[in-house]
Amino acid sequence: MEAVVDELPVILGAFWLTVKLTVVSGVISLIWGIVLAAMRVSPLPVLRGAGALYVNVLRNTPLTLIIVFCGLGLGTVMNVQFSRDDLSLNSFWLSIIGLSAYTAAFVCEVVRSGINTVPLGQAEAARAIGLTFLQTLRLVILPQAVRTVIAPLGSLLNALVKNTTVAAAIGVMEAALRMKNLFDAHGDAIIPIFLGFAAGFVVLTLPMNLLSGRLARRLAVVR
Amino acid sequence: MTGRGAGVLYDVPGPRARLRNNVLTLASGLVLLLVAYFVWTKYDEKGQWDGKLWQPFLRAETWTELILPGLLNTLTAAAVAAVLALLFGAAFGIARLSDHRWVRIPAAVVVEAFRAVPVLMLIFFAQYGGSLAGLVVTEFAAVVFGLTVYNGSVLAEIVRAGILAVPRGQAEAGSAIGLRKNQVMRLILLPQAVTAMMPAIISQLVVLLKDTALGFVVAYADLLNAGARVVPANYANLIPSVIVIAVVYIAINLALGYLATWLERRSRHSRKITADPAAAEVAAGGEVALMS
Repeated sequence: MEAVVDELPVILGAFWLTVKLTVVSGVISLIWGIVLAAMRVSPLPVLRGAGALYVNVLRNTPLTLIIVFCGLGLGTVMNVQFSRDDLSLNSFWLSIIGLSAYTAAFVCEVVRSGINTVPLGQAEAARAIGLTFLQTLRLVILPQAVRTVIAPLGSLLNALVKNTTVAAAIGVMEAALRMKNLFDAHGDAIIPIFLGFAAGFVVLTLPMNLLSGRLARRLAVVR
Repeated sequence: MTGRGAGVLYDVPGPRARLRNNVLTLASGLVLLLVAYFVWTKYDEKGQWDGKLWQPFLRAETWTELILPGLLNTLTAAAVAAVLALLFGAAFGIARLSDHRWVRIPAAVVVEAFRAVPVLMLIFFAQYGGSLAGLVVTEFAAVVFGLTVYNGSVLAEIVRAGILAVPRGQAEAGSAIGLRKNQVMRLILLPQAVTAMMPAIISQLVVLLKDTALGFVVAYADLLNAGARVVPANYANLIPSVIVIAVVYIAINLALGYLATWLERRSRHSRKITADPAAAEVAAGGEVALMS
């Protein structure tokens, strides 16, 4: 227990990095995922095909492989640099590329299935009363699609929090790698340290789960 | 369901819309080609398409001596962890539905706790905690432990949702003909639940297979280790090697994914089970399950 108290600033720092990874890659993957979903439901076969290819490739590749590719492939071989002198900043942004690219594929599928749950009759009725395409989308389809998407997006965000630990593969000092270092430094306090970090993840994910569950129930569309 | 291209978002295109779509198709195709060309030249500048870097993959020794042993280790870890996780999931899924509070609550705590913790942390904990207890924990054992406990907890939730999705009349009918509680569970509820949950279970096993790649972090000699450490160490061809390994992973996972879809379609047509597979899958998280 002493080790956890002594190292509290270090532990909080590690979780701060985890939060930063989650928020930044969460925002990027949400935007990129919505773009991909728009491509996959568009009337243009080329975009539909490209979107489907992207999603199927990224979803079926292990996240560790994607992050290793970003860190070693893009970072070392291709020499993609975000900061000339700060190596940790560099691997931070490279792991964000990997996390966002991977998560966006799942966001795309969630958003697409949200659009598909809106019954066809809704759109037909909207067109029948003379709404334009944008009005149909804005007033009829999206309000219904967004509501069904909240709960699955909440679980995606929850999974993303845990997936940020994979950034450890390219040396980003987030919670999991920091925990391993503390194991090395305090060999006698492995169980308290583990419980401390586990509690940290519960604290991060639990409120999010409760909130998205409550929102989803409150906004549910009764059909 | 959508006759001739009409959907929620757009109507069947008329002549003007078709013309506009064709123009936009051409334009977006060009943009995609430009992006592809840009990426291609960037890699070309660094000489990544050099035949020299790709040649090792045409030689049999590269596969038999470097890559296939890694693939074998990945599949072994996945298979052992899958069996253990299924046992773990069945045990805890049933325990969470127990009539006794002293079984139900601890089971719920274990499942919820392990679902909240990232697999990588469980793997590290297995390594260090095991050596604390005086055990020699190999990388294989640590990876299998992490995958078993995490995926087992997720599977427990899937099993529980599946059992709850079986209509109550089934269990009541079982009790009415004099079956004991464990007989009702074993002979009536579990078979129907597992059939209904099969697609979700297979999706989770795909996740498990993908997560074996975490063994890379603790230097377990798996497929990713072969592709990102062993082969590049011999031929200095990291990017080609990682691409080849990715294709192997994608092929295996797509095959398992098709198996899941096929099973889903089959169980939807089957009249032997009463649980609604779709409802059960929604209860377990559906599509999202694939991510972690």
